[in-house]
Amino acid sequence: MSSSEFLSQFLFTLISFAILLTLVGAVKRMLLWSQGQSSTIHWLGLLQIPRRYLVDLHHVVARDKYMSNTHVATAGGFVLSSILIILLYVFQLKLQILTWALLGSSLLMFVGSIFVMIRRRNPPPNLSLGKWQRLPKSLMVFSLSFFILTLPATGILPSDTGGWLLAVLLVAGIIWGIGEMFFGMTWGGPMKHAFAGALHLGLHRRQERFGNGQSTGLKAIDLSAKKLGVEKPIDFKWNQLLSFDACVECGRCENNCPAFAAGQPLNPKKLIQDMVIGMAGGDDAKFAGSPYPGIKVGTHKGGAIIPIVNVLVESDTLWSCTTCRACVDACPMMIEHVDAIVDMRRFETMEKGQTPGKGSEILENLSATDNPNGFDPSSRMNWAADQNLTVFGHDEKKQEVTEADVLLWIGDAAFDMRNQRTLRAIIKLLRAADVNFAVLGDAEFDSGDLARRLGDEATFQRLATSNISTMNKYQFKTIVTADPHAFHCIKNEYVEFGGNYNVMHHTGFFADLVTENKLLLDNSKELALTYHDPCYLGRYNGEYDAPRFLLESMGVKIKEMDRSKSTARCCGGGGGAPVTDIPGKQRIPDMRMADVVETKAEIVAVACPQCNLMLEGVVEPRPEVKDIAELMLDALIEGGIENTGEGVVVNMVGAQL
Amino acid sequence: MSNNNLSVISLVSIGEHPTSRRPRRAEQDARAIELGIKLVGDNLQTLHAGKLSDDPSQQTALRSYLGMGLSEIHLLEMSENADAVLVIAEYLKQQKIDIILTGVRAENGESSGMLPYLLAEQLGMAMVTSIAEILSIDEVNQQAEVLQALPRGQRRKLKIDLPFIASVDMAAAMPRQSAFGPAMRGQFEATQAATVTDQESSGWQVADAKKRPKRLKIIKAKTAADRFKAATAKASGGGGKVVHGVEESAQAILDLLVEEGLV
Ligand code: SF4
Ligand code: SF4
Repeated sequence: MSSSEFLSQFLFTLISFAILLTLVGAVKRMLLWSQGQSSTIHWLGLLQIPRRYLVDLHHVVARDKYMSNTHVATAGGFVLSSILIILLYVFQLKLQILTWALLGSSLLMFVGSIFVMIRRRNPPPNLSLGKWQRLPKSLMVFSLSFFILTLPATGILPSDTGGWLLAVLLVAGIIWGIGEMFFGMTWGGPMKHAFAGALHLGLHRRQERFGNGQSTGLKAIDLSAKKLGVEKPIDFKWNQLLSFDACVECGRCENNCPAFAAGQPLNPKKLIQDMVIGMAGGDDAKFAGSPYPGIKVGTHKGGAIIPIVNVLVESDTLWSCTTCRACVDACPMMIEHVDAIVDMRRFETMEKGQTPGKGSEILENLSATDNPNGFDPSSRMNWAADQNLTVFGHDEKKQEVTEADVLLWIGDAAFDMRNQRTLRAIIKLLRAADVNFAVLGDAEFDSGDLARRLGDEATFQRLATSNISTMNKYQFKTIVTADPHAFHCIKNEYVEFGGNYNVMHHTGFFADLVTENKLLLDNSKELALTYHDPCYLGRYNGEYDAPRFLLESMGVKIKEMDRSKSTARCCGGGGGAPVTDIPGKQRIPDMRMADVVETKAEIVAVACPQCNLMLEGVVEPRPEVKDIAELMLDALIEGGIENTGEGVVVNMVGAQL
Repeated sequence: MSNNNLSVISLVSIGEHPTSRRPRRAEQDARAIELGIKLVGDNLQTLHAGKLSDDPSQQTALRSYLGMGLSEIHLLEMSENADAVLVIAEYLKQQKIDIILTGVRAENGESSGMLPYLLAEQLGMAMVTSIAEILSIDEVNQQAEVLQALPRGQRRKLKIDLPFIASVDMAAAMPRQSAFGPAMRGQFEATQAATVTDQESSGWQVADAKKRPKRLKIIKAKTAADRFKAATAKASGGGGKVVHGVEESAQAILDLLVEEGLV
């Protein structure tokens, strides 16, 4: 028997055997996922896997051009090569064209693997080491072995080139390569991400996310369930467990996480890996990436039916998250970290009563007064005593109305002196544009955003359903609010409770008014200004343009921060983080203010009461913090007449009203 | 502390939030439960005199005690006009109880703060007011050492014979958070209470309390910062002192009355 005949027969046996083991591994892995709770199975999504991989996933990967090209070459080469290898060596289709194709695809993969290797020479801290350092070598060995193996078959080299020596080398290379690439895929090697990732893309819990869609609202849970929230890994939905397995440990989430950067004990990548450990059982000693700041790797272990908190993951880790969604947005595998974190918080709050910091006080206040700080609910409108607002209601003596074009949602800014200034500005602007609006007055409750993110789904649901039944008594076309958290809640999270509204953030609403020339803005402002994107407006709702349009309408040339739009750094105010107040090395708002200072801006424009408070809380000297509505009021040309404060300047010339 | 043989019962009422006036877990009662749980854990018994109301907000308020981890609350069902003191006393006489914990006063209703005193009288037990902590229990000598809260953060250590009634002060440890799940799943165990109508209150007329007159603080501040300081500063308490002895106490009271121009 010649070496080439031996190789061909050996390969048939080896590859068939490897495929068999891979299938066994796949079934074992699926059994792990099936320990989770039931959840809709989106079978049709499976057909979409190639599209989702090529479009949606690559859309995220492509934010790093180097890596996206590398991945196309390596993954494309690998998938193609695998198909060809199976056709050639298992089904023994000895077609010349397939041989040439395999030569090409393995070459492509080899080129890709060189770039993986280069990147891994000095890996940045967000990349995991350990088995992940082995991967580029495996990729190389796999592609190179098949490339050399194929050369004689194409006739480029005479068959039996290299004789037995080469044959033995090739056998070794192929065993290594196939071991990593096939067997490792379902037995927990780094290639697991390809297998689990593909299925995860197809069966994703939020199918709406694909094709440029959005799905950011938290999902409701049944409050009469035997257990509320997630205590053990098996309490997650099965498709959440699957999603954890899809993680490639690329660390993009880690790079974008404000809590990690602030030195709080949270690293979204490690969290997802810990969930994998929990699901499969074991300890975290082998984790080869950055730890949770301040917590040593190798000190925690878990299992599918072992409680997670304070065994596998410290509770401080969960409570450090601002729910800013930067991790989710950056994750090429479209993993939903925030869902997982909130699920575990729900158990902590609703079953254990262990909301840290001021959490328990705030939740108690929300129950008793419908606002987080326990103010008298009948004092909600005190701030507007001088505003003469029209209130929705049925009392005609008080001139209440049941109908208006716009319902202005005030939010808890009503109780905060700083943000009352923004509210006043908004009211002046609405009046300047002749908008017919009314408010709910004392009947408005907190939107429930904070309660929900502190894990208190029960309080959230009570607030949401109360607000919905209040609003349903009246007729209006649009809800306008200055609070992106209320905006997000009412727009995306009330739907599950029967509240379907047309909700706009004040920047979106004002942008329309400016476009329609119903608001005239002085566009000669020369402000050194930057804009901070609120997470709940930007990443949660995709609104990056309206605020910028408004600022540009005032003639401002925005000095953009490095981290803006979808990669904007959180102000630290979301998700109840200021309430739970988990200590770190620095404060998130200070880091964001440093981003602002870097642009040399003198003003940072914000579009959220929470951002306003967080950034104004940074010690002076620092740039001024102003809501866009306040800036607009400064620039407003009222009725075409601008009051400059030094007499009245007629400004009608050329203005279209 | 392991006090397994100790029988501790805490009495709970439905509280009322001071601004929204909504029913809630009463702050002192919740502290009494916290203290009880720390003392005997799951063995703490909890008693509420009254029916389970149909009003969901009243129910939620009562359930929020369950949310602290109690498995059940014992309800002594009684009619609206029954005298809670006699009903509870009647019930407790039949139990062997070592420690009865209550709040100092209810957050609504008569709110006289008399319940623990009247109960003590009925049951012939010792009564200690406004405790902040139970320090230790000596089961051999049937004695407990408690810390009583006095104004301005002072504490007094007292020894008291078992069984006794203690009212728990706001100075006691903060109550643990009430969790929704256990609150919903906890049970009410109802028994029909003896019917004892409250003779006295039937003839009463109820009127809203008038706000107590408050002395105006006269602030001679020149700057906003001064005003701010004056508004936020806590009473510095220079005037108060602890007076011992009957003579001295009487003199102190008299001095004050003279000073205020009342005698
Ligand atoms: S949501 Fe934000 S804070 Fe939370 S883990 Fe993700 S990046 Fe970090
Ligand atoms: S969770 Fe996503 S972004 Fe984070 S390491 Fe895993 S794959 Fe990368």
